[in-house]
Amino acid sequence: MLNPVKRLYLLLEAWLNISFKEWNPLYHLGTLTFFFFWIALVSGVYLFLFFHGSLDGAYASVERITNEQWYAGGVMRSLHRYSSDAAVATIILHIFREFALGRYRGIRWYSWVTGIPALWMVVLLGITGYWLVWDQLAQYLAIGSALLMDELPIFFGSMSSNFVDGRLNDRFFILIEFLHLLGQPIMLIFVLWFHVRRLSNVNIMPPKGLAIGSLLAMLVLSLIKPATSHPPADLTTLPAVLNLDWFYLNIYPLLDYWTPGQVWALVMGVTVLLMLMPWLPAKKKAPAAVVDLNNCNGCTQCFEDCPYDAISVRARTDGARHEYEVVVDPDLCAACGICVGACISSNPFRKAEPDLHTGIDMPQFPINEVRNLTDTALVALRGDTKIIMFGCQHGVDVDGLEAQDIQGIKLICSGMLPPALVEYALSNGADGVMIAGCRHTDCYCRFGNRWMEQRMASSRHPVLRARAEAERIHIHGGAITDSRAVAKALDEFRQKLSILEKPGPRLDESCVEDE
Amino acid sequence: MKAVWKMNKFIKHTLQIVNYAIFMALVWYFSAAPAYRYLEPNQAVVVISVSHSGELLKPCRKVSAEDLAKLAPNMRKPMDCPRERSPIKIEVSMDGEELFNITAQPPGLFADGSVNVYRSVKVTAGQHHFEVKMNDSVHLQGSRFVASQNIKLEPAQQLLIDFNSEDGFVFK
Ligand code: HEM
Repeated sequence: MLNPVKRLYLLLEAWLNISFKEWNPLYHLGTLTFFFFWIALVSGVYLFLFFHGSLDGAYASVERITNEQWYAGGVMRSLHRYSSDAAVATIILHIFREFALGRYRGIRWYSWVTGIPALWMVVLLGITGYWLVWDQLAQYLAIGSALLMDELPIFFGSMSSNFVDGRLNDRFFILIEFLHLLGQPIMLIFVLWFHVRRLSNVNIMPPKGLAIGSLLAMLVLSLIKPATSHPPADLTTLPAVLNLDWFYLNIYPLLDYWTPGQVWALVMGVTVLLMLMPWLPAKKKAPAAVVDLNNCNGCTQCFEDCPYDAISVRARTDGARHEYEVVVDPDLCAACGICVGACISSNPFRKAEPDLHTGIDMPQFPINEVRNLTDTALVALRGDTKIIMFGCQHGVDVDGLEAQDIQGIKLICSGMLPPALVEYALSNGADGVMIAGCRHTDCYCRFGNRWMEQRMASSRHPVLRARAEAERIHIHGGAITDSRAVAKALDEFRQKLSILEKPGPRLDESCVEDE
Repeated sequence: MKAVWKMNKFIKHTLQIVNYAIFMALVWYFSAAPAYRYLEPNQAVVVISVSHSGELLKPCRKVSAEDLAKLAPNMRKPMDCPRERSPIKIEVSMDGEELFNITAQPPGLFADGSVNVYRSVKVTAGQHHFEVKMNDSVHLQGSRFVASQNIKLEPAQQLLIDFNSEDGFVFK
């Protein structure tokens, strides 16, 4: 039974795939969050130019920005607000996605755990932002925040007593201004740097089309629903009705029902629970990739392809004539096997020794076993359209699609597939090879299917050699819920193969790709 | 064929716009809604705010010459003043009914800090009689500071009962 959270997520993803394809926002939630942050940064700098940072001047200056230059400052203010809100929305979706797909346990604990302080920083940044308007909403959240701060053993109740008429002064307001304008954004960038530190090839910009679309969306929203303030703060009265920004200010109403201590208990409880999630229960760590220098020529392609920065390069230590060797850090290795697909030695045509050894291999599923499984599958195939179907552990279930003329082999990730193995299957009796990893452009292991597609298209090493007929290879990824769509694609492929001429004679076994 | 492709493209772009619109609607809606009613139309708020140090628990004591001699030279002070202070008790009532009954312990490692109290409560607006009492000493029976006043609270008004050591309680 597929867990309902994952099913729900995959449904949403499938819906967005219809219109967005590789721009599917769900594939770019991290970069989209960054992008909304950049919009907030640029619009914030503009607002700062006209903002008056004092209790008496702040409200009026925001009103001037909003009304007197609605076409510039007003739009900037609205962009600032809506992009900040959109960032929280994309963070919530980002958490939902990583959770639904189970991408938060094992070595991913690091990204998950460092994401939580990032979320804290974003929310605190929003709170100080609303504070600066110094309207009734600001007054409400300032008093609420003071009550919460007073609960901490450093303030001893001294903070909220500032928020009485006649006692409030600019000093505190200037501190909030400093935090919002400088302190918190710098802290956030610092925390985000930690967040993505263990990943390779991290983008901080979404694809251009998605960026333009998102910017336009924010702009249109800003024009049709400009952001406005509540009436100015006045400590002798209180707002009866507040138009709360629920993205940022959702905990404050709790203070009307609970003591500040209880609110803290809830917030800290949720934080700690989130922090512990990667270990509830802990994921059994699969063995890390192992380097075999006897079969490694130091080409460093595995280092280039590793999505988790688990591979580093150093000078050769075994006296071989090659310049480099690679080293795997087991603590960082996600055991995805993408490095095996990247290794030029993962070549099944090498039959000088009975067992196939490669330069970097997965102890739990070595390339030799992959070749053996392929051999067995090739023997088992019957019919006129014999298809070997390579799949992965996270996408569509290839075993479930097996038939007389279809044999499935489940790799750890589709990126583990060496192009030479496709060629090997075709030259040893298969009429076609179908590769089904995760959904197109998405991959549980970040880049597996992207690298695999590039290798098959000969734009990434190790390339698929030209002698493997392109028409006999079909790539169609799919999630675990996409069996029907993949089965349909398989059927179409089968029909296509049935009208192709039979492949030529078996290729020479000694064709080992040159370095 | 070309027409089908164009149609597909048109549908895709329209769907994209629909998806953006859903996202925009969600962002817009939750950025200011649903509205939160903090006060009912006939409600006002009473705030009690006190910053005050309770009386020292024990008075200063002159240290005898013998005891002084026992101390290290740099610790020899002629007066021994224990720093611990009394807790502060505050009672506020409205029309004879209790609004607050607070006992605040002095903060700090030596229980010597000054107490800060800030509490608020929602009440119905209208004419009310308020009474406030505060005791800042364990040695005292009854209350050292007392004040009372009749006040008409407007809806959404915040009545501040503020304390400072010169004027005592002030209703603002
Ligand atoms: C606060 C703003 C955040 C930003 C800007 C952000 C951004 C990013 C980016 C750019 C990536 C890399 C994605 C990729 O290239 O595959 C990433 C990965 C990740 N994020 Fe966040 N993130 C944020 C918050 C969070 C939060 C709150 C959580 C969870 C509590 C989280 C969990 C993760 C996880 C688990 C990954 C790793 C995914 C993998 O291993 O493939 N992030 N984030």
